[in-house]
Amino acid sequence: MDLSPILISMKTASAAILTTFCIGLLAANWVVKMKSEKAKMIIDGILTLPLVLPPTVMGFFLLLIFGVKRPLGKFLLDFFSVKIVFSWTATVIAAVVISFPLMYRSARGAFEQVDQNFIMAGRTLGMSERRIFWTVTMPLALPGIASGGVLSFARGLGEFGATAMIAGNIQNVTRTLPLAIYAEVAAGNMDRAMKYVIIVLAISFVVIVLMNYFTFKGQKYLSKGKSDEFKG
Amino acid sequence: MSLKVEIKKSFKGFHLDVSFETNNEHLGLLGASGSGKSMTLKCIAGVETPDEGSIVLNGRVLFDSGKKINLKPQDRNIGFLFQNYALFPNMTVEENIAAGLRLSRNEKKPIIEDMIKSFHLKGLECKYPNQLSGGQQQRVALARSIAYNPDVLLLDEPFSALDSHLKTQVQAEMVEFLRLYDKEVLMVTHSIDEAYKFCKNLVVIDEGKSVLFGNTREIFKEPKLISVAKLIGCGNISKCSLKSGNRIYASDWDIELTPDGKVSDAKYVGIRSNSFIINNSKDEANIIECEIAEIIEKVYGYTIIFYSKNSSSGTHMYFDVEKDVWENREDKTNLFLKVREDSILLLN
Repeated sequence: MDLSPILISMKTASAAILTTFCIGLLAANWVVKMKSEKAKMIIDGILTLPLVLPPTVMGFFLLLIFGVKRPLGKFLLDFFSVKIVFSWTATVIAAVVISFPLMYRSARGAFEQVDQNFIMAGRTLGMSERRIFWTVTMPLALPGIASGGVLSFARGLGEFGATAMIAGNIQNVTRTLPLAIYAEVAAGNMDRAMKYVIIVLAISFVVIVLMNYFTFKGQKYLSKGKSDEFKG
Repeated sequence: MSLKVEIKKSFKGFHLDVSFETNNEHLGLLGASGSGKSMTLKCIAGVETPDEGSIVLNGRVLFDSGKKINLKPQDRNIGFLFQNYALFPNMTVEENIAAGLRLSRNEKKPIIEDMIKSFHLKGLECKYPNQLSGGQQQRVALARSIAYNPDVLLLDEPFSALDSHLKTQVQAEMVEFLRLYDKEVLMVTHSIDEAYKFCKNLVVIDEGKSVLFGNTREIFKEPKLISVAKLIGCGNISKCSLKSGNRIYASDWDIELTPDGKVSDAKYVGIRSNSFIINNSKDEANIIECEIAEIIEKVYGYTIIFYSKNSSSGTHMYFDVEKDVWENREDKTNLFLKVREDSILLLN
């Protein structure tokens, strides 16, 4: 069995989740703090589009941006000798773009669910906005953010359409697990495809269980602890 | 110690227009829910911004729309006890108390220990807020909001989050705390009980406007305005017209009353439902011959709903009577109620 799709997929999904996690949080924090409701709705719409568009459409847009004959792709090629399309980087870009809305929306929901009274209390106590964000907002939003991370990771691992468009299906370079499954099935090798399917299943399941465990642990203080000194 | 507030703020069909001044007394803001009292408190703390006006604390301008001054809440040095306490659920009791201290670890330690001791929180230092009872939570919140020595302490409905069986004890603790606390305290409440217990002076807020300011006991004795009378629980209010001989005619009830003192220009008359006295005859001033409409049994008494026998409109009045007084009466059909002269409230 060719192990390279597993390695490529893990590398891609890991790199993608790191990127998505950071920019998803930043975007969510930015949108939550927006004052104008109209701007909020429009920006939110743009950031959520990759979730509802077919991945091939996103792949098409990515080709428009990074294609070697397009301004950005040409610029990267001419000045840095970097070719994005049909490279491993392209698989990461595709996974990031497609999984970003899940991270962004989960984080935004998590931030918005933090009781404003906690923020106000922090302010009256003289805590700086930065300190409030890191010691109050983030810990309280963590369960929602973590579950967004799980979803994004799973989505990045399973990305197919946009990856096929911009990164192709090059063995040992851009052939991730979903593409490998497609290629094996197309070649009539159902048995080999099945092995990849089982691996994807196992990885996804382990990741979700792990994340649930950490979320539960981090959330311990929210569980209703019985007080032994109930004196009023 | 002084606090001067004069603010206006408009939002979704509501207009807030509050002004008052206080000098080192425990001041209460009394108003029905939704009357804008919490918003006023939040404007003083700086977590909400008024449209115009000014807030001055000990000569320090916190907000002035004219001079474009609007200090951040972080820079106002105001203690705020939130309605649900807003203790950070991810922090222990100790960490919550330390949250407002901008000092080094070593400088924080004695302050936290001092707070733990004076608010009887020994043994709870490492507990999380949801492991505490309502009363303990309030003590932690109180400790947290005075640990950094604020210039004024704002209390937003401090007892509304407590079960009734905890309320009495926590209120007793609060009375003791406030007696020893020598800073300005501003308390928002919709409960006349709490206002009476805790506040020397009151600002009454009605539909976003501060309508009356004065000594709490005097306001309860003489509410002066119909809105205030309703707020402090005056059960019977009627339109009235002036008659000769210092008498007034309460048109809703169709009865004549002779109040204590001058009648002046009152438009309404109010009688508290507990200020009637059962009388044996009707041949005195201020007696109502009653037609009983309904008797409602309560925990500690009865409410008698009645109207004046000679009334054509039959507008109901309410009479609160203690349980044993009513149960020991033999004649339950004929009832003459006397209104004490000094409990006839003349209102505008």
